[in-house]
Amino acid sequence: MGGSQSDRAHKFQHLSDKTGFSIDQINSLHKRFMSLTENEGVLRREHLDNIINLAVNPIRRQITGAFFDKRNLGQNEDGYLQEIEFEDFLTILAFFTPPKQGTSEEEKQNIKKEKLRFLFNMHDTDNDGFITLDEYKRLVEELLSSNETIETETAKAISDAAMLEVASVTMGQMGPDEYYEGITFAHFQKILKGIQIETKMNINFWNLDTIRVQCGKSK
Amino acid sequence: MILCITKCIHYVLHVAIFKKTNDTKVIHQISIMDRLKRTTFILFLMLVASLLPLGGHASSPEVGTGNGKVRDHQGNGDTTHKANYTKKAFPVLSFDYKNVRTPFEISLWVLLASLMKLGFHLIPRVSNIVPESCLLIVVGLLIGGLIKLVGEDPPVLSSKVFFFYLLPPIILDAGYFLPMRPFTENLGTILMFAVVGTLWNAFFIGGALYGVCQLEGDYLGKVELLSCLLFGSVVSAVDPVAVLAVFEEIHINELLHILVFGESLLNDAVTVVLYHLFEEFSSVGTITVTDVFLGIVCFLVVSLGGIMVGAMYGILAAFTSRFTSHTRVIEPLFVFVYSYLAYLSAEVFHLSGIMALIACGAVMRPYVEANISHKSHTTIKYFLKMWSSVSDTLIFIFLGVSTVAGKHNWNWTFVIATVVLCLVARVLGVIGLTLVINKFRIVKLTTKDQFIIAYGGLRGAIAFSLIYLLDENHFARKDMFLTAIITVIFFTVFVQGMTIRPLVDLLAVKKKQETKRSINEEIHTQFLDHLLTGIEDICGHYGHHHWKDKLNRFNKKYVKKCLIAGERSKEPQLIAFYHKMEFKQAIELVESGGGSKLPSAMPSTVSMQNIQPKKPSQERALPQVSKAREEEIRKILRTNLQKTRLRLRSYNRHTLVADPDEDGWNEFLIKRKRMKDLEKMSHVNNYLTVPAPPPDSPTIARARLASDPQAWVIKPVTGDIPTIKVELASPQSPESVSVVDEFKKSSYEQEDEDGDGLVMKATSLVAKKDETGEDDKEPQQRLQRCLSDPGPSAEDEEDEPFLP
Repeated sequence: MGGSQSDRAHKFQHLSDKTGFSIDQINSLHKRFMSLTENEGVLRREHLDNIINLAVNPIRRQITGAFFDKRNLGQNEDGYLQEIEFEDFLTILAFFTPPKQGTSEEEKQNIKKEKLRFLFNMHDTDNDGFITLDEYKRLVEELLSSNETIETETAKAISDAAMLEVASVTMGQMGPDEYYEGITFAHFQKILKGIQIETKMNINFWNLDTIRVQCGKSK
Repeated sequence: MILCITKCIHYVLHVAIFKKTNDTKVIHQISIMDRLKRTTFILFLMLVASLLPLGGHASSPEVGTGNGKVRDHQGNGDTTHKANYTKKAFPVLSFDYKNVRTPFEISLWVLLASLMKLGFHLIPRVSNIVPESCLLIVVGLLIGGLIKLVGEDPPVLSSKVFFFYLLPPIILDAGYFLPMRPFTENLGTILMFAVVGTLWNAFFIGGALYGVCQLEGDYLGKVELLSCLLFGSVVSAVDPVAVLAVFEEIHINELLHILVFGESLLNDAVTVVLYHLFEEFSSVGTITVTDVFLGIVCFLVVSLGGIMVGAMYGILAAFTSRFTSHTRVIEPLFVFVYSYLAYLSAEVFHLSGIMALIACGAVMRPYVEANISHKSHTTIKYFLKMWSSVSDTLIFIFLGVSTVAGKHNWNWTFVIATVVLCLVARVLGVIGLTLVINKFRIVKLTTKDQFIIAYGGLRGAIAFSLIYLLDENHFARKDMFLTAIITVIFFTVFVQGMTIRPLVDLLAVKKKQETKRSINEEIHTQFLDHLLTGIEDICGHYGHHHWKDKLNRFNKKYVKKCLIAGERSKEPQLIAFYHKMEFKQAIELVESGGGSKLPSAMPSTVSMQNIQPKKPSQERALPQVSKAREEEIRKILRTNLQKTRLRLRSYNRHTLVADPDEDGWNEFLIKRKRMKDLEKMSHVNNYLTVPAPPPDSPTIARARLASDPQAWVIKPVTGDIPTIKVELASPQSPESVSVVDEFKKSSYEQEDEDGDGLVMKATSLVAKKDETGEDDKEPQQRLQRCLSDPGPSAEDEEDEPFLP
């Protein structure tokens, strides 16, 4: 389960510096990690699937995938890991921390870019650098999947319209024979300029004492 | 007397006009416009001035005016005098003002308020510097002065009129259109400011004033602590009317707006409790600990009770609106009456009426809007805006008039102390609270934000009315309080109101972003919501998103089924948004005459072809299609798709979308004619619509639209004329059907070689068939289905097309 007390404190300090969480937060998250993994210390996909509340989430597949995505963990290759450690867990969660109060404008832009990159990776499942129409369509379908009546035509229409909008906004002039490959990261940034990602994509980690240590095992 | 006054005014103003015109001989056009504007405004003033004495006279029956046959020197009871006379001839014309006095006066005042509003917008320079509320108060002062000059007693703002008739429309308007998302996101902050901030303000001001009074000694010494506290609690409440009036004009960013505005709404509960508490006990003289405890309980009861009453009425209204599909005309009435009842019911129990009204409006809105027709929605919106606008104007004018009318007791120390203390308390309160709040917020409040919040704490008519309601026997210094309150109100509205705009610019505070709500943003906002909920679940902590998600699911599962009629209850938000967007765009396209706007900002020739993945195999499947034909088809498709793209680009949330049925029939014709002329001027212009629909009779067309989507096939062969079809909605949406019909009809009126009728295609799904024409029918079907607006069921009797 880990070494001696001082060892762990050291590790946590190192993690705190790396991810920006405070020691208390890391402690609570560690407890949660342990309970999720049933004290094994490595997180696998099944562990995440066991969370009841996550089961009703329409985009759970993508959320779970994001945790194991090598691109998010700072590795340059693509593909997915099978299991991750606590440090990786924290790295992913660090994407959801707000920029600290004293950060400069430039750092804020960087943080924003990182968050957008995280989102982009979630959509771009085949990691070709583009969000193609199919991937987008799948996204819309998943978002609508929480309803009983899925109209695939509507989903297609919505994703077509959205794609068209992206293309119009970013590409401007395009001849009729040209082909718009898909949304690149630059375009993605452009169309989501309106949403202030750095303020919206955040979780309040300050009250982690209310963590429920048991995760329900359904199925 | 009237004649005398009007003559004077006429003379003065004529002199003024002539004087000015002498100077501007050089620049003719501008001077004429100026003169025109000035004369119009002056005419208004004259009209108003002529009305005033009438109004003034009306308030007191002593002076008998008129052209009746019976001249009465006593002025009372024309009828009694008649009895003493011998039989006279039958009175052909008589003057009986007393009958209609009250409604007449009310109408005069409303008319006055509206004319004032009109007048201000004729002089743009002034309205840029001075906010409307200030101008209105000045007008009120002038009117009060005029009435006093005439010798009458100007009417004072009766609290009953204010609380029952003038205030509810404004609050309902605010509550119904309250932006729920930023409100709920910042609810904690808002509550902190509203509750803790107001309490702090009340006690600080009350206590400090008491201290000042004691220090001053001789005159003020008799003011008791409780009176001071009561005064403090009334004067410390930020007023929603004033805040709305000023903030609306400065277009500040959404966060600050919702913070100040939300605070002004929610502090009503605190004010009500404190007011009643101190009023009750001022007669007794002392407060014990039990009373304090009871006060806290009372506060909870008042606020939560008010919200519950409001929510209950809101649910009732939503439920009622579920069944109004056959009587669309009275739908808006339900909204108004239920809300008003909520307000009054809350007032019965001395709960917070404002919170009840807000809760009612906010609760009923999502359900009611899903149930009612588009026209009812527009009606509600316009009525609310109209009433709140008139109320707002009247309130400020009356404030001015009441200032002149009321009994005043000017005491330098007290008044100056009040004003200073108000400012100081507000600043200290905001700074202190922000220190605490920032620990819990993700987006911290900067110093600039704090300054604006502090500066935006305007006081208004609610404070005035509350003081006016005080019993004079208990509060010996009521007139002093009144004077002080009026001074504070004037100070905040004039000084703070006028200077806030330049300050906002100076401090470079973020303004409201007029962004279009694109479908991408909508998709990603929803995506983010789910993502954050998921992350919260993984971390195991029940935060803001978790509960919001739970509430949404509960809402979807149970509540929507009860309160929304028909299929709409199952419609997910994204689809609803998409349909709304499509509908709006289609209407806008129709409105704009189908593309006569040439692309200006960013010409984008992207179309669906560019997005669809190439399918090389298909190209070889049809070698039969000749090159020329292919080219033709391609050209036609391209033009069609460019139309769609144009439409998507022109989508703008802030344009007021006109209901096609509202516009005059003539306008359509004019627009179309203009369009055709434009088109004639430029031959090679792909962006204009030119239609060539099959010449059908309207009934057949409607039948076709209703039944068989496959009939709408593009006929590529009919010359070089691309067709653009719109299938705005399934037959369930009668408004759209009639639009298409109207256009079809208009086609027959015009003998143009370019063809008849305007048919526009709504989406770009037809794209796939670059090379083939086969998939034509399939996308059409999909088109129709996805555009089907399973909204309120068709009501043919209400929405008849222009030509039967």
